[in-house]
Amino acid sequence: MMGGRKGGRLSILAAALIVARRDFVAVLWSRSFVAFLAGPLFMLVVVSLASGLGRKVEQNAAQPVLGVAMSAPDAAALVSARNRLNEALDDSLPVLAVLDPPAATADPARVLSDNRALANAIVTGSPAKPVLTGPPELVDDWRGPLALMAAEAAGEAPRQFPHVAVHRTGVVGAPDDRIGRMRTAQAGQTVMFLLTMLLAGMVLSNLVEEKANKIIEVLAAAIPMDAVFLGKLFAMLAVSFVGICVWGTTIGSILLAGGRSLSELTAPAVGWPAFLTLGVVYFAMAYLLLGSVFLTIGSMASTVREVQTLSMPVTMLQLVVFFFASYAMASPHAPIEQAASLVPFSSPYAMLARAAQEPGLGQHLVALGYQAAWVALFVRVGSRLFRCKVMKSGPAPVRGKAKTRTA
Amino acid sequence: MLMDLGEWNSSGNGALESAELAGGERPLAIEARGLVKRFDGFTAVDGVDLSVPEGVIYGVLGPNGAGKTTTLRMLLGIIDPDDGVRRVLGAERPHDVSHLIGYLPEERGLYPAMKAVEAIAFVGALRGLPLPEGRRRGRQLLEEHGLGHAADRQIRQLSKGMAQQVQILSCLVHEPRLVIFDEPFSGLDAINQGRLEKMMRSLVERGTTVIFSTHVIAHAERLCDRIAIIAGGKVPFAGPVDLARDRIPAQVRLETRHADGPWRSALPADARTERKGNGSAYFFFALPDGGIEPLLRALIEGEAGILSLSIERAGLHDAFVAIAGEAAARALAENGEEESR
Repeated sequence: MMGGRKGGRLSILAAALIVARRDFVAVLWSRSFVAFLAGPLFMLVVVSLASGLGRKVEQNAAQPVLGVAMSAPDAAALVSARNRLNEALDDSLPVLAVLDPPAATADPARVLSDNRALANAIVTGSPAKPVLTGPPELVDDWRGPLALMAAEAAGEAPRQFPHVAVHRTGVVGAPDDRIGRMRTAQAGQTVMFLLTMLLAGMVLSNLVEEKANKIIEVLAAAIPMDAVFLGKLFAMLAVSFVGICVWGTTIGSILLAGGRSLSELTAPAVGWPAFLTLGVVYFAMAYLLLGSVFLTIGSMASTVREVQTLSMPVTMLQLVVFFFASYAMASPHAPIEQAASLVPFSSPYAMLARAAQEPGLGQHLVALGYQAAWVALFVRVGSRLFRCKVMKSGPAPVRGKAKTRTA
Repeated sequence: MLMDLGEWNSSGNGALESAELAGGERPLAIEARGLVKRFDGFTAVDGVDLSVPEGVIYGVLGPNGAGKTTTLRMLLGIIDPDDGVRRVLGAERPHDVSHLIGYLPEERGLYPAMKAVEAIAFVGALRGLPLPEGRRRGRQLLEEHGLGHAADRQIRQLSKGMAQQVQILSCLVHEPRLVIFDEPFSGLDAINQGRLEKMMRSLVERGTTVIFSTHVIAHAERLCDRIAIIAGGKVPFAGPVDLARDRIPAQVRLETRHADGPWRSALPADARTERKGNGSAYFFFALPDGGIEPLLRALIEGEAGILSLSIERAGLHDAFVAIAGEAAARALAENGEEESR
C-alpha cells in the first residue's frame, strides 16, 4: 500500500506529495519550462555581451592614443614591440598611431595643440631615446609603459616574462573584515532575491490551470485544500531547484572558466559550507512564504489576464521586502535589523545576512522554525480563503438585483 | 450553531426522515441534519435533512439553483456548512473517508495533457490507491468499457463524450463504497446515458451506494429507490419514490355511455367532466379513500354504462408538482428543455 496512509486515508503530506508529483512532472515536461530555463540564460548572454561591448568601448575611449613621430623603421619597431607586449599586459598599453608627414616632422607641441594627429601625446626621438610630449598627467602615467615598449623595440627588454603565481588568501585586515562579510551577505541576499523573483511569479498562475480545467473540485473533494496548496508549493519549489541547478551549473562553469571563484568574496562568518546550506534553506523558506501568499492571491484570479494584472503589485512587494532587508543588514542588532528578521517575508533575507556576518547556527534553527510556522499559517489561511471565496457553486448574486440561488 | 448528530437523533425532530428510516433496516451511508449554507448574505441551502441508506440509488431532484450542488459539496467536505451536521459513512469529517468515496462534479474536468490511464490513476491516488495499482485498474476499466484503445491517449485528444467517460471511470477506480454524481447525465448522448444507468445499477448490485443529482425527472423515476426533492434550498420531501407518488392519490378516468343519471351522486363532487357529442362522457377524479369497489357497484347498479375505466398511479412529475409546487416544476421543465436544446 501507499506510504503515508493514516487509517485508510492519505495524510496531508502524502496527499500534498501526490499533487506535487503531478505538478512537477507536468511543468518539467512542458515546453514553457524550457523557455523558463533558457530565459535567464538569454538574459545573461545579452547582459554579458552588452557589458563586454561596453567595456571595450569604454576601454577604447579610456586608452590614450600616442602619436609616433619617428623614422619609419623606428616607428615600425615600436609598434611591433607594443603589439607583442600588449597581449601580456592585458590590453593595457596605449594605442600607437604612426604620424604621417608633415605632422611627423612638425613641432610635437604644435601638432597636439592643432589636434592634427588626433593623438593625446606625441612620441618622438628613437626607441633608444624616446621623448614623450603631452599633458602632464598623461606623460606621467605613460612614461613607464612607453619605456617598456621602447626597450622591447630596442631589443633590451627581457625576452620572456616569468609567470607570476597568485595566492589569494581571502583574509583581509581587521577593519576590512566587516565590510567584506557585508559584501558577502549582500551578494547572498541579491542572489536569493533574484531567484525568488524569477520563480515566485510562476506560483501566481498555478491554480488557474486547475480552475480552467475544472479539476479543482475533484481535488477539493478528495483531499483537504491545505494539501492542494502545499502540494503546489512543493512542486514549484522542486521546479525552482531544478532551475537553480541548471543555472548554477551553467553560471558556475562560466565563472570557473573565467578564473573566478567564491574565494574572491570574504568568507562568511559561519563558513562557506554552512552559508551555502543556509542559503538553500532560506531560499526555500523565502520562496514558500512568498509562494503561499502568491498562491492565495493567484487562486482568487480566474484568468491569466487577471494574474498578469496582479503581477505588478506582487513584484513591487518583493522589491520592498528586498530593500528593507538590505537596508537593515547594515546595522546588525539594531531595531530595524531585528524587525527585518522578525517580519516573515524579510526574515530569510535578514537571517542569511546574519549568517554571513555572525558565527553560530543556533539562531538559524530558531529562525527556520519560526519561518516554517508562518508558512503553515499562510497555507492554512490561503486554503480557507480559497474554499470560502472560490469554491462556491454557480455565479455570484448580481449586486442590486434580487438575490438568486447559486446551486 | 452546529449541533451534534446524536443530539439531533435523540431530539427526534426529523419527522419526515423518520418515516423513511422506519421502512429500511440498512445502515445509513449519509446522514445530514439541518444543513445551512449562506453565500454573501443569501441562503443557498436552508436546513436540509437527508438520510441515505447504504446500497441504494438515491436521487437529489430539483431545478437548477435549488441547492443540489451546494448540498453535495457540503456532504463531500468541499465546503463546510454554516449550520447543521453531516455524517458520511460514519465520519463527521468527509475527508476522513474520502478513500471510500467517488465523486463526479457537475463541471467535468481532467488535466488535458494527461493520458487517460494516468488521469484515472491520478484520481485514484488522490483517494489513496497506489499509482501502479491505479494504472493497472485504470487500464482494466477502460478495456471493460470499450475505451482500451484510448488508454494511452491524452485527454485533449479524446472526444468530449470519451473524456467524460474517463472521468466517470476515475471516480470508480478505487472501488468506493459511496459514489456521488452531480448531474451525471448532462452532456451525454442517449446511448451513453443508457450505459451510465446500467453502470449505476451494477454498482448498487455490488453494494455501492449511488447518489446523483438531476433535474430530469425521468432519470430519477427510472433509477432511484429513494429521492430527495430540493426546491429553494429546502427539502420538502425525502424518501422512497413510491412514498412521493403516494403524496397524491391515484387518478381515475371513467368513460360512460350516459352523461347523467342517478349514479352521478356516487362520483366525487370535484370530478372533472368532459362531455362527448354522442351523449357519452369522461370523468376524471382522484381515487376515493374507500377504494374503487363501492363506486363501481353504484355505477353498475345505476346503469351508467361503463365504457372504460382506468386507475393511474401518480407519476413522479405529478408528485413533484404536488410537493415542490408549480413554480419549481416549471423551472425543472425549463432546465430540461434548455439542456435538450
